Order: sequence, then C-alpha cells, then structure tokens
Amino acid sequence: MQLTADDLTVERGGRRVLEGVGVKLGPGEAMVVTGPNGAGKSTLLRALAGLLPLAQGRISVEGGDGERTAAEHMHFLGHLDGVKGALTARENIAFWADFLGGDSTATETALEAVGLGHAADLPAGTLSAGQKRRLSLARLAVARRDIWLLDEPATALDTDGLDRLASLVEIHRAAGGLVVAATHADLGWAMTKRMVLGRAV
Amino acid sequence: MTRALLALIRRDFRLAVRAGGGVGLPLVFFLSVVAVTPFAIGPDMKLLARVGTAILWIGALLSTLIGLDRLFGADAEDGSLDLLFAAPAPLPLVVLAKAAAHWTVTGLPLAAAAPLLGLMLNLPPEALGAVALTLLLGTPALTLLGMIGAALTVGLRRGGLLLPVLVLPMAVPVLIFGVSATNALVAGEGGSAPLMLLLAASLGSLVLAPVAAAAALKGAQS
Repeated sequence: MQLTADDLTVERGGRRVLEGVGVKLGPGEAMVVTGPNGAGKSTLLRALAGLLPLAQGRISVEGGDGERTAAEHMHFLGHLDGVKGALTARENIAFWADFLGGDSTATETALEAVGLGHAADLPAGTLSAGQKRRLSLARLAVARRDIWLLDEPATALDTDGLDRLASLVEIHRAAGGLVVAATHADLGWAMTKRMVLGRAV
Repeated sequence: MTRALLALIRRDFRLAVRAGGGVGLPLVFFLSVVAVTPFAIGPDMKLLARVGTAILWIGALLSTLIGLDRLFGADAEDGSLDLLFAAPAPLPLVVLAKAAAHWTVTGLPLAAAAPLLGLMLNLPPEALGAVALTLLLGTPALTLLGMIGAALTVGLRRGGLLLPVLVLPMAVPVLIFGVSATNALVAGEGGSAPLMLLLAASLGSLVLAPVAAAAALKGAQS
C-alpha cells in the first residue's frame, strides 16, 4: 500500500489553507504532522480523506484492492468522536464494524484493546470525554483499513490511553498499515516521519 | 455493501425508538393539526367530511417536516457524517438507507394513524381506507423530497428553520396528486390518473432524491 499526494492545494472560505503540500508514505510508515493552530493540519487530513475539494493536486492510493475507492481504504478519526450517546459502547462499535466492512465478532477484542471492556454495556452518552475518544479508537481496530488518518488522536486521553493508542498504531504498522497523525502532543511513536506545516496566516 | 446499508438502517431505527429519538413527535403533531381543525371550521359535519381528506394530507405533509433536520443534523453534530462517506457503498444508497429508516419511524405511522384521525373529521368509511392507502404511497415521496432539503441545509446554522421553506414548494405536486387520488378512490375510480401520478412521484423521487441529496452532502463538505 502506497499513499501519494502531490501539490495539494485547498481553499477554504476564499483563503488558501494549504498550498503545494506533498505526502508520500509506504507500507508500515507513519507521519506526524505538527504546526501552529490554523496551519492546516486538519485541512490536510480531511483533504487526504477525500472530504474536501482540492483546488489543485492529486491523491492516489496504490497497491490496494482495485475495486475499492480511496476513501474505502481509509479510517478517518476527526475532532468529533462519531459516538451515538443513546447506544451502548458495544452497539456503537458493532455498528461501525458492520458499516465499515469489519469483523463484527471482533467488537469485544476491540473494546478490550482500548480498555473499555468493563463499560461495553453502558450508554455511550454516560462515558467521559476520554472514554468516548477511546471508543472512537476502537473503531480503528474493529474494521481493518490500511490508511489511518488521525486528527489529534491524543485529545482527552490519559497516559494509559496514549499507551494503548501507541500499541494500536504499532500493530497496525507491523501489519503494513499507514498512519498520518496531526497532533500537538508528543505521541511517543517510534520511527515516524515528520511534517511541519507553516505559519498560520 | 448490503451489510453496511442494513446496519445503517438498523442503527437509525434503534436511535429513533430509544429515549430522546423523537419517534412519536410527528404523530403527535399530526394529531394536533387534525384535532384543531374542527375548532376552526366549526361543527359543520358535512363540510368536515368534504375537506377531511385534504386536512389529513396537509397534516401529514406538515408532520413529515418535523424531525427532518435531524436526518443528517444529528450525524453532522457528532462527526458520524464524515464517516458515512467512507462506507463500502455509493453515497446515494447510504442516504437512501437513512431515508428508509426515517420513513419507517415517521411516514409509516402517519399513514397508519390517518384512518383513526379521519373518524374525528367525520370521514365516510370508504374514505378512511383511501386516505391510508394514498398516504402509504405518498409519504415516501414526502420523506425523500424532504431529505434533499435536509442535505442542503445540513451545514447551515438554523438550517432547521430554512428546511420547511425549501421543502414545501417541492411537495406541492405530491399534495395535489395525493388529495385528488383519495377523492378519486372514494368516488370509486380505482386506478385513476392521480393515483398513478402519485405513485410516479414516489418512484421518481426514489431514484432522483438520493442522487440529489448525496450531491448536496458532498457540496456541503468544504
């Protein structure tokens, strides 16, 4: 699996947020994107996920299943957790497993992997911010997709949560997966590429 | 692909019937509209019977607007909307699945409750069945047209207020064919032209509305 993006230019509200950004990642590689607020980290991730129209440039995913679109190779984890408060933690994850084409028998393991095994039957609305974040991380584990786009994955996580995130990423990379993460925090991942986006304007 | 769509229908249905999902709201609104009409018209039983089917259709039309802003609004608020784009299914089918779940908890109960509310309007027995049938055939069109409005207003603040203004004009043909099909059925003309046109409106919107709503959602992502 190879993710290549050339000359990405994105305009939002008539302003060029990104200009001429290139990304090249091979199997097992991870890239951490840093930069000040407003530098375009989230915009870059959303653009890679195909959620924003490109003013210029192209994104290509090579070496995957040709039947699937680029977006179907990706997991996007945004600012918002995508958690439904009225459903239990288990129902939330089981839904994403079915919807994103994952393994619905793996929900228990995924919840255990993020340390939410004890809270599986609680309504997700009663979980704390950090637990909701963990729940959205479980989504990454329950449906296998090669490219992970993580926007501030460390938000609201405690040190145990950060460790679990790091081990999820490690397992994913060992299986040949790609990770692009935008963050301010030190994620403590081994051997990552770095990208610093420019000054905010 | 089927698995993803069924999972989405199941989830939306479950969310609607859970506490706070607002499943009964359109139905209660429908009841209110029908219940206040006799107060406005007065105790003229003949007049009520004559305008009854029209009132039921107007009531149903207004009731389908209730909760329409939550169709995509709820997913946009918690970030699930972004993830709907990543489904292993084309976006028009994803939004169609959402519309199907929405119709099951809003449109279908309206059609089912219509005969009961018709009694309050002094409708003759043959009209009760007719209005239930035409609502059953017509409410899918109302939900689907409403979905286009919901998709167009998803990125807007106070989009919920704009939505009825957008959707009502589009729904006028459905209202016209719905009421005239009901009257034709009561008059004993089974497969009348208005009934066929009502069915055509539903089938046409079944094909076109998902494409339009998907395009509107794509356009809102910027």
